[in-house]
Amino acid sequence: MLKFTVEHEWLQLDGDVATVGITRHAAEQLGDLVFVELPDVGATFSKGDDAATVESVKAASEVYCPLDGEIVEVNAAITADPSLVNSDPQGAGWFFKLKLANRADADTLLDEAAYLEQIA
Amino acid sequence: MNDHAELKTTPLHALHLELGARMVPFAGYDMPVQYPAGVLKEHLQTRAATGLFDVSHMGQVIVRARSGDNADAARALESLVPVDVLGLGEGRQRYALFTDENGGILDDLMIANRGDHFFVVVNAACKQADVAHMVKRIGDTCEITLLDDRALLALQGPRSVDVLAELWADVAHMRFMDVAECHLHDQPCIITRSGYSGEDGFEISLPAIYAEDVARRLLEHPDVQPVGLGARDSLRLEAGLCLYGNDIDRTTSPVEAGLEWAIQKVRRKGGARAGGFPGAARILDELEHGAARRRVGLKPEGKAPVRAPAALFADPEGREEIGRVTSGGFGPSVEGPVAMGYLPVDKAAPGTLVHAEVRGKYLPVTVAALPFITPGYKR
Repeated sequence: MLKFTVEHEWLQLDGDVATVGITRHAAEQLGDLVFVELPDVGATFSKGDDAATVESVKAASEVYCPLDGEIVEVNAAITADPSLVNSDPQGAGWFFKLKLANRADADTLLDEAAYLEQIA
Repeated sequence: MNDHAELKTTPLHALHLELGARMVPFAGYDMPVQYPAGVLKEHLQTRAATGLFDVSHMGQVIVRARSGDNADAARALESLVPVDVLGLGEGRQRYALFTDENGGILDDLMIANRGDHFFVVVNAACKQADVAHMVKRIGDTCEITLLDDRALLALQGPRSVDVLAELWADVAHMRFMDVAECHLHDQPCIITRSGYSGEDGFEISLPAIYAEDVARRLLEHPDVQPVGLGARDSLRLEAGLCLYGNDIDRTTSPVEAGLEWAIQKVRRKGGARAGGFPGAARILDELEHGAARRRVGLKPEGKAPVRAPAALFADPEGREEIGRVTSGGFGPSVEGPVAMGYLPVDKAAPGTLVHAEVRGKYLPVTVAALPFITPGYKR
């Protein structure tokens, strides 16, 4: 199940674990990324906490944790090559896997149609 | 949208929109921060070939002596800047600083000797204040005219001379910091061989009504791409050039900023026209004895960019703050983070290790010689 936030993150849900990244729209707005900082595996966040940082030539931006949960895996490939986020934001450019504190929280997020309407 | 309603536009505004630029407010103007290629590619394009920048928001000012003798205008300007203007030959341009009574910097500018007047280019955000300053201080001897009917294009990068030579063959004879008059596509232009990228290049002042036509023709050349303010900033940062309002302002003196090279011997202690500019007591003293702090290049050791106004510490625990980053980001040509900031002189030697606070961490940063790239100026 694919979900979205108004802060331009996507979540691919598999049981109670969500793979999280930023949307194609967000990646285009940020421009070429030159640096990505990911959270530590095992870190716990509340919804809205700064979970990761992305930087373009011009500016730094925070990536918020979309729901309460614990980081169970991060994508080291994007820290080695941040341009992966630009070239494949909703695939190989994923950021981290989040074990949700409450699986039902995901129901509050946007579906793809609602997200696309949001950015239109 | 209302935020943009009061923004001024340059003569190339419609062209920027047509080229797909992302527009941002800058110094009261709606300006292109980047085009579809993006900051990274625009930066590298400028270093490898040629970039075309719209810098029409900057202030273009004519300073003309009421006596008709250009030397009177030179002497008047020397009362505002710690620079040798009288010794600036006709057809030559020089970097200068408006200083205040405390030895701080009001603005940085370029002064060109056009024979019967001086042509001055100042920063967009300061242009009204600069004109008021000149009118107040030297208005009795000089006529000060802010040109609001001209555009300013910058053509920067190693291929710039060949691109321009196709329109005006004599451009190849210009040296770095020369100023000349010419016609491009039959339009009267004032060209200087200078810029703000660290590369060889030109700035072209021309009547606003012809700017779009000339810009379009330059963009037809396969070596030329449009470049926005984003890459303009990363280019000048790698080149170690100051951004007014970030790296220099009224709280920094020319010597603290490492701009001694802009103050010629004739204006220093023992020189024929020593002093005589605002803040001379402090600036002349600092030229002789040094300042307590200094602008330095900073090379973060990791991959994380360190941006202004990150605090700088002597120790890795963040106990003793010793300075601040004034410009910082990612250098596309350096392929890593680069920054500038101020440090006490005993921490300002290249190779000195300091620490910058970024998101609660204290990242190791080494003081580095400026510039970060090898400039391509044709001296």
